[in-house]
Amino acid sequence: MLPRQRPPGRPRPPSGRLAAYWALLGAQARSQAAYRTSFVVDLVGNVGATVLDVITVLVIFGVTRELGGFTFRETLLMVGLSACAFAIADLLVGNVERLPRYVRTGLFDAVLLRPLGALPQLLLMDLPLRKLSRAVFGLAVLVVAVGSAGIDWTPGRVALVLIAPLAGVVFFGSVFVATATVSFYWTESGELANSITYGGKDFTSYPVTVFDGWFRAAFAYGMGFAFVSYQPALALLGRADPLGLPAWAGWAAPAVALVAAALAATAWRVGVRHYRSTGS
Amino acid sequence: MAWLRKEGNGVGSVTATVAPPTASNVILWFRTFGAIAGSGFRRYATYRQAAVAGAVTNTVFGFLRCYLLLAVAGAAGSVAGYDRAQLATFVWAGQGLLAVILFWGWTDLADRIRTGEVASDLLRPVHPVTSYLATDLGRAGWAGVSRLLPPVLVGPLFFDVHLPARWQTVPLFVASVLLAVVLSFGCRYLVNATAYWLEDVRGPQILWTLASGAFAGLYFPLPFLPDALYLALQFGTPFPSLLQIPLDVLVERDSTATQVGLVAVQAGWTVAALALCRLVQRRAERRLVVQGG
Repeated sequence: MLPRQRPPGRPRPPSGRLAAYWALLGAQARSQAAYRTSFVVDLVGNVGATVLDVITVLVIFGVTRELGGFTFRETLLMVGLSACAFAIADLLVGNVERLPRYVRTGLFDAVLLRPLGALPQLLLMDLPLRKLSRAVFGLAVLVVAVGSAGIDWTPGRVALVLIAPLAGVVFFGSVFVATATVSFYWTESGELANSITYGGKDFTSYPVTVFDGWFRAAFAYGMGFAFVSYQPALALLGRADPLGLPAWAGWAAPAVALVAAALAATAWRVGVRHYRSTGS
Repeated sequence: MAWLRKEGNGVGSVTATVAPPTASNVILWFRTFGAIAGSGFRRYATYRQAAVAGAVTNTVFGFLRCYLLLAVAGAAGSVAGYDRAQLATFVWAGQGLLAVILFWGWTDLADRIRTGEVASDLLRPVHPVTSYLATDLGRAGWAGVSRLLPPVLVGPLFFDVHLPARWQTVPLFVASVLLAVVLSFGCRYLVNATAYWLEDVRGPQILWTLASGAFAGLYFPLPFLPDALYLALQFGTPFPSLLQIPLDVLVERDSTATQVGLVAVQAGWTVAALALCRLVQRRAERRLVVQGG
């Protein structure tokens, strides 16, 4: 019996793989910076959407003193956590929402053929540097909100204010990936994913007490959006949850985010395995 | 237009848009318009799965916005002249109308200008503004079936909504929505037409997307703003005429006389937008010839 040969397409060593990802990223950065005016316009346009979200909150508090039992400063803390987490997740992973187009046009076949991970490739193939502006603005809103919320600082809360946005990024990133996998089964799913991703962003911008019934149960606890901004904000403010969850619920954010990431990874693997080329 | 010249078929000196027939036949014009609208309806009706996905998304956002505005009304039960039922109608009808009036995602004209395919639109015996408008009305008709009905039917299952109490409101609302569709088309046409001058229309598109969402009353009812600002927006910009006014007419926030006045404001903006479309198109055609020559 002949000694077994290594298959020719053996995985590259890790350093080579990193270099390949780095090359993809560099190509993206160069191609986007080439059209300077368009790039600046995109930077401005992207920050505009989040600016409008914040203006909406300001306008709402122009006609009411409290929203769902929370003051403007308390709500702004939730807006900051939500906007910051969403914007950074959108910058890093939001591109996966282009998956339906890749599946429809057959480009996903090419992605699968390359000796690199499919998901990292998809994210790096068009890393939207234009979304940087939104991430910076989201972070600024969070900083202002934390500064003005009158938080009674303890070492625990200092840790939480750092961990909660990171957990939010992981959570929203998982939501982006998980909802995109729908297009493996339903190519024409169009904007359906938006109802969870952008819907989740809207949901987390306001106190959960604003919502009601099964809708609140599904979004807040079924999908876990309460742990992005509402529960951490309560823990930071030292307020008891009017809906009855214990005080440590704010600290559950990282755990919820990890569960979400695990579920999203599973959904992605199952989806890729299920993927059949459109054959075009 | 350079390719026309290269063919050597002698059309180089002809104005881009074919001159309208001198003996105008109104019946023929309506039949042409109807046929183009019908084909627009059929074209969009082929995307059924996308319509289902879109209707589900509108419904989810209906819940989000409805709960939010009801929380704003709070214990007092009313805010900025809307009671709870009026707010619910405002949100759910607004989510339904969003795809009918269509704010975003229409780049047909800009794409055709960039690729040069617009040249074949200019050779047709129908003015491009007219033919694109007919197609858009067909699209809006299909959206009225597939996108307007689901949220409008789901909303009342979960929330108390305000139904029109005066019969005059119904025809006024229908007229208001029609005007909003035509006005929205006019605005989108103008945004797309910047492609005649700009290589990349993303700038105007982004400005339009942000302004239409904020100032049309999608994020919050505009009466939440200070009165002076709202009046300035209403009379100084076309945006409230796109969504806020049809919804205010529907929820009967004002007397019948005021409703008529609001629809008249819309009509003014619509006429102005269409006239501007034709003007811009004429200027653009001159430029196109210069550019291609």
